[in-house]
Amino acid sequence: MVLKIFFPSCCASAESGILIGRWISEQNSAVILAVAHFPFIPVQVKQYVSDVQRVAKVDVSVLGSWSNSKQEKEESLSEFLEDLGIIFSHEPWIQISKEGDSKFWNCSTLQKHSNNSKEEEIILVYYDQRKVMLSHLHPPLDTATSTDQQTADASRLSAIFDTVAKSKVLFMTDRYDDGPIKLTHWQSDGVEASIIVELMKQASVPVCMLLTFLLSLISGLCRSRVLKFWPLSFLWSKLSTCEQLGHRLQHLQVISSNKKAQNQTQLMRKANIFVSLLIDVALGMLLMSWLYRKNRIGHLADTLIPVADRVAEELQDLLQWLMGAPAGLKMNRALDQVLGRFFLYHIHLWISYIHLMSPFIEMILWYVGLSACLGLTVALCILSDIIALLTFHIYCFYVYGARLYCLKIYGLSSLWRLFRGKKWNVLRQRVDSCSYDLDQLFIGTLLFTILLFLLPTTALYYLVFTLLRLLVVIVQGLIHLLVDLIDSLPLYSIVLRLCRSYRLAAGVKFRVLEQQDGKPLRLLMQINPLSYGGVVQTYRLPTYSCYPKDSWTSLCKKLFLGELIYPWKHKGEKQD
Amino acid sequence: MEERPYRSASGAPIALRRRQHSASCREVAVRCPRLQLRSLSAATSAVWLAAYGLFVLSQNSMVLSAAIFITLIGLIIYLHFVKIDQESLLVIGSLGIQVTSSYASGKESTTFIEMSQVRDVVINEAIHMQKVIYYLCILLQDPGDPQGVSEVVPLFQSSKPRLDCLIEVYKSCQEILEQRKTAPQSS
Repeated sequence: MVLKIFFPSCCASAESGILIGRWISEQNSAVILAVAHFPFIPVQVKQYVSDVQRVAKVDVSVLGSWSNSKQEKEESLSEFLEDLGIIFSHEPWIQISKEGDSKFWNCSTLQKHSNNSKEEEIILVYYDQRKVMLSHLHPPLDTATSTDQQTADASRLSAIFDTVAKSKVLFMTDRYDDGPIKLTHWQSDGVEASIIVELMKQASVPVCMLLTFLLSLISGLCRSRVLKFWPLSFLWSKLSTCEQLGHRLQHLQVISSNKKAQNQTQLMRKANIFVSLLIDVALGMLLMSWLYRKNRIGHLADTLIPVADRVAEELQDLLQWLMGAPAGLKMNRALDQVLGRFFLYHIHLWISYIHLMSPFIEMILWYVGLSACLGLTVALCILSDIIALLTFHIYCFYVYGARLYCLKIYGLSSLWRLFRGKKWNVLRQRVDSCSYDLDQLFIGTLLFTILLFLLPTTALYYLVFTLLRLLVVIVQGLIHLLVDLIDSLPLYSIVLRLCRSYRLAAGVKFRVLEQQDGKPLRLLMQINPLSYGGVVQTYRLPTYSCYPKDSWTSLCKKLFLGELIYPWKHKGEKQD
Repeated sequence: MEERPYRSASGAPIALRRRQHSASCREVAVRCPRLQLRSLSAATSAVWLAAYGLFVLSQNSMVLSAAIFITLIGLIIYLHFVKIDQESLLVIGSLGIQVTSSYASGKESTTFIEMSQVRDVVINEAIHMQKVIYYLCILLQDPGDPQGVSEVVPLFQSSKPRLDCLIEVYKSCQEILEQRKTAPQSS
């Protein structure tokens, strides 16, 4: 059976001593965490080891001996080391010795109760202790769901990563401490800490408390009864700005909560939300400074009214074209005139409304532009809402055209059934045969003919307005896509993957080092970082909008039947 | 350590290199056919001729600089993401199997599969375009079902060696995999 020894590369030049670590018997591997140097009192070492075991909940014990002799091997030392094996009884007792500056070490094991006399093969795996301790192993996404099996046969890699990560308390003593034993590990030259991080930790407590207080005030205000009356609540639910503001409020609540993050995922989530908010506000401030310079808001307001006028004029031209002979098609003159005049009157109302609002536009825009300091996403949502408001007449026309067309289609299908002598049974939800009277058939056929010959006119109006509506929907959809991208991108994780790639590990990779015959196999274990796609998929922040569940075929079916389509639905809204 | 020439499934020359590091550790590397100067110059000339044709039509010199830019970027992307130089397999008994692909720009992409997840290494047949080819693959153990296979990981996908080369690799792998069956304790 092959014995695997995981040796930290920082202890390769340590003085002679004994090896402290964890023995994983089901994998026949030893994970060495530190080297304790001579002189020591065995009782104190045993006490220290059991203390560490109790605090860190890791099965730490004395595994073997390490001898680093600058000159030739001394015989007395080897006897002394074997005697140590009797004092710290551990099965098997590992002995590693290094001579001078040689790269190739001698490893041997002492087994007292072994049945086989065969020399077992030893593999020596070097690992970087600091990187393994700080890294977080990500299991492959398909096995992450089956958690019951994982406790049964935990993969050996996660066992090793866990062992090193949980033994933090072992790494807290450095060589300047006056303890009973002197250890060598990655932090033995001095415990690492950062002043900035400590200061920020101290400062974050009062800031979090202040933020929580402010947020409770704001959410109390939002939940007050005044805002729950029907017109206002309907308005809030339709405006995407309010959704976005609510979403950001939720994010702020997550960051400013007093509870410490339980595990790595929650910590990364908090960090991602914080960085996303920061970038959002920074970009929003940039946009604001650009907008308010050189009176761009004034220019924007000045061009808004002419643009709205232009859109209304284009629509009027379109309706005049439809009322004539559009694309050579012959329309029913009477229906055409009725529909055309109806829509033209609406446009006339709309233009008057816009002209009424025109003196106040600049002031409204100026104040609304101030809200860009809340974030770029809020500014984009406001833009999307402004587009929705400016094209409200297109939405109205679409609804009129769609309802008319829908009625016509249902009437036609029902009368077609009458034509064939069948009827729709509402109770049984199926088509049944039915015998009609002669006058019923006569009137039905007349109506069917009328509806059929009026169909091209209605269908053309419906087609034109549906295309316009789809155009507006696509523009709004693109803006919302951008907002979602800014909301859900885990920037902190991506930058971490770029700068400290060992912290997000997908696995490990081994490199075979120089070998010498007779000496154990030497391997170097390095961390294999997670790919960028994996990082984004694991740490994506959830968003509030869900993308269309309709497939293309159901969308086309809805368009054909004239049902109203709402492609971009928000989570929590009732489906139509 | 030895290196022997073989042929890939499409007839291009490839080389197989085997190394034995210790009794339970073997490395097998297959070097893929190199980037041909012919195909590189053919692609570059085609792009530049098309750009020159567009330039003659439109008289806009941006087309020419755009073509040079596109060629450079395309070459960098091809060397860094598409062209695989060498594929290697490192089998360490009782630790696992490591599959490495090195790209022409020096990038290496590695996957390590632990020995407890490996069920077996087999040679399979597959229908690829209009041919039936042999490929070596690792069968992964299904954690719920001891007799089941949860995933098949194909190896040497870009060099596609023929059956004679695959048999050599298979024999090297199986010698190490058998050791875990004869060991007194299972890992």
